[in-house]
Amino acid sequence: MEKFINQGDKDTRSGFGEGLTELGRSNDNVVALCADLTGSLKMNVFAEENPERFFQTGIAEANMIGLAAGLATGGKIPFTGTFANFSTGRVYDQIRQSVAYSNKNVKICASHAGITLGEDGATHQILEDIGLMKMLPGMTVINTCDFNQTKSATIEISNFDGPVYLRFGRPKVANFTSSSEKFKIGKGLKLKDGNDVTIVATGHLVWEAIKASEKLAENGINAEIINIHTIKPLDEDIILQSVSKTGCLVSAEEHNIYGGLGESISRLLVTKLPSPQEFVGTKDTFGESGPPSELMNKYGLNSSSIYNSAVDVLKRK
Amino acid sequence: MDGDLNNLVPQVRRDILRMVHTVNSGHPGGSLGCVEFFVTLYKRVLKVDDNSDSNDMFILSNGHISPVYYSTLARSGYFKVEELDSFRKIDSRLQGHPTNHDNLPGINISSGSLGQGVSVGLGIALSKKLNNDDSLVYVLTGDGELQEGQNWEAFMFAAAKKVDNIIVTVDYNGQQIDGSTKDVLDIGDLKSKFESFGWKVLELENGNSLNEVYSKLSLAKENSKKGKPIVILMKTVMGNGVDFMMHTHEWHGKAPNDEQLNIALNQNPETLGDY
Repeated sequence: MEKFINQGDKDTRSGFGEGLTELGRSNDNVVALCADLTGSLKMNVFAEENPERFFQTGIAEANMIGLAAGLATGGKIPFTGTFANFSTGRVYDQIRQSVAYSNKNVKICASHAGITLGEDGATHQILEDIGLMKMLPGMTVINTCDFNQTKSATIEISNFDGPVYLRFGRPKVANFTSSSEKFKIGKGLKLKDGNDVTIVATGHLVWEAIKASEKLAENGINAEIINIHTIKPLDEDIILQSVSKTGCLVSAEEHNIYGGLGESISRLLVTKLPSPQEFVGTKDTFGESGPPSELMNKYGLNSSSIYNSAVDVLKRK
Repeated sequence: MDGDLNNLVPQVRRDILRMVHTVNSGHPGGSLGCVEFFVTLYKRVLKVDDNSDSNDMFILSNGHISPVYYSTLARSGYFKVEELDSFRKIDSRLQGHPTNHDNLPGINISSGSLGQGVSVGLGIALSKKLNNDDSLVYVLTGDGELQEGQNWEAFMFAAAKKVDNIIVTVDYNGQQIDGSTKDVLDIGDLKSKFESFGWKVLELENGNSLNEVYSKLSLAKENSKKGKPIVILMKTVMGNGVDFMMHTHEWHGKAPNDEQLNIALNQNPETLGDY
């Protein structure tokens, strides 16, 4: 496991901010919009360096999405920034009609996704956004796992022509992927080889999966770990190859088990390679206020849940 | 020019009536009310040149009046008039509500779910400013559509950010599906509302007069780039040009039957050839 050393806790939203800053310097076509959360989204540097290309929309997310669709129509590459809840559920129809159905090159960048938004509680947390976005035809859905991956994803999506939902979070978490690794949309990453069970994780749960695999190894269980950052389009090959070897799978995500990554994987497996699967995710519930780490433990979004699910799924092989 | 447009108007009305009649669905009322606006915009106002990067753009926010949009586009050369016959049929590019999804020339965005077009138009206007492109953005919205809150987010934004290269026209016909806007949800004094939001307001008393539409759009253009977004409150008569469809919301989303179609067509001579 030497490959995955925590280089120091960092928030994924800062990875977005740094990526956007780099884009501001390298690509004149990139524009950014924010609905009164510039500091939270770490968009300040872009805003300061490119005042003419930064649009503060005020607390008006519906208009922000429409503006972005228009800017894309005019040939720009707009990045919108607000919390995940206000990036998706609040503006679903605007995204559906003006962005997705209209195939506009808009990058919807969503911070504070999942339960780790923490103390603000369920009104601001969202555990349904992956489902909402992946159901939209033509929408690419990405959930990055750490600072480095978020930064490289932010840069890479500017080179991709089409609507993208980029989901990241608020808290400082382990930063363990390589800063030099180029982000490839739609390409899963095998983090560790194993023969007994496949663990597929996305977002903040990837580091938890790595920790779980260490404990599993101590107990003689050799887990293969795959980081799926692109939930749609799903890298089906990497999952099928792994499960054809291990025969079972655990999916792990900071999202409702309804509509998330796990469900996409189960659809894949049931049609191509029927295999036992366990789901780590929230169980059709809203979140609540509390410190992020305590919430992750309470809602079973941690390494011990992944560990237990791996043990359970092995029994069903 | 007016002579040509006088010929075009009844032909576009015929297209609208025949399109909705064929598929027994669609929205003739609002479409008929905006014929003069559309033909004036496309034939006399919009600056479009295929060889230029600087072209005016039009966004239709109230997408349900797609029949007048499609007819005007076809009769302006964007696609063949024969294609109008595919309106609302399977495998058509002429969807019930307009979309760029199927690459129909002349359509820049999908609309139909109401209240989104002004925001989109503003985004295009911002991109034009960034590109130092001095062409303009035109948006048409319904009046009932102004009940959608997103419009007011957009109106606030436009004035605050001085987006002055956009001309929004409100189809002020006072009707919506369930009845008159006064009865459904009174939108009140639109002029005062827009002025208090910081917009330059132009009033167009007869939006069914080619001359008045042209002179008001020209005036709007003269007033652009002066620090304020511009709105034209364009009074129109829903169903204009077909006597039994006028001054009522009944034909908002209803197609005429065979007999009604014949009466309506008899009031609008075939001037340029039916599709």
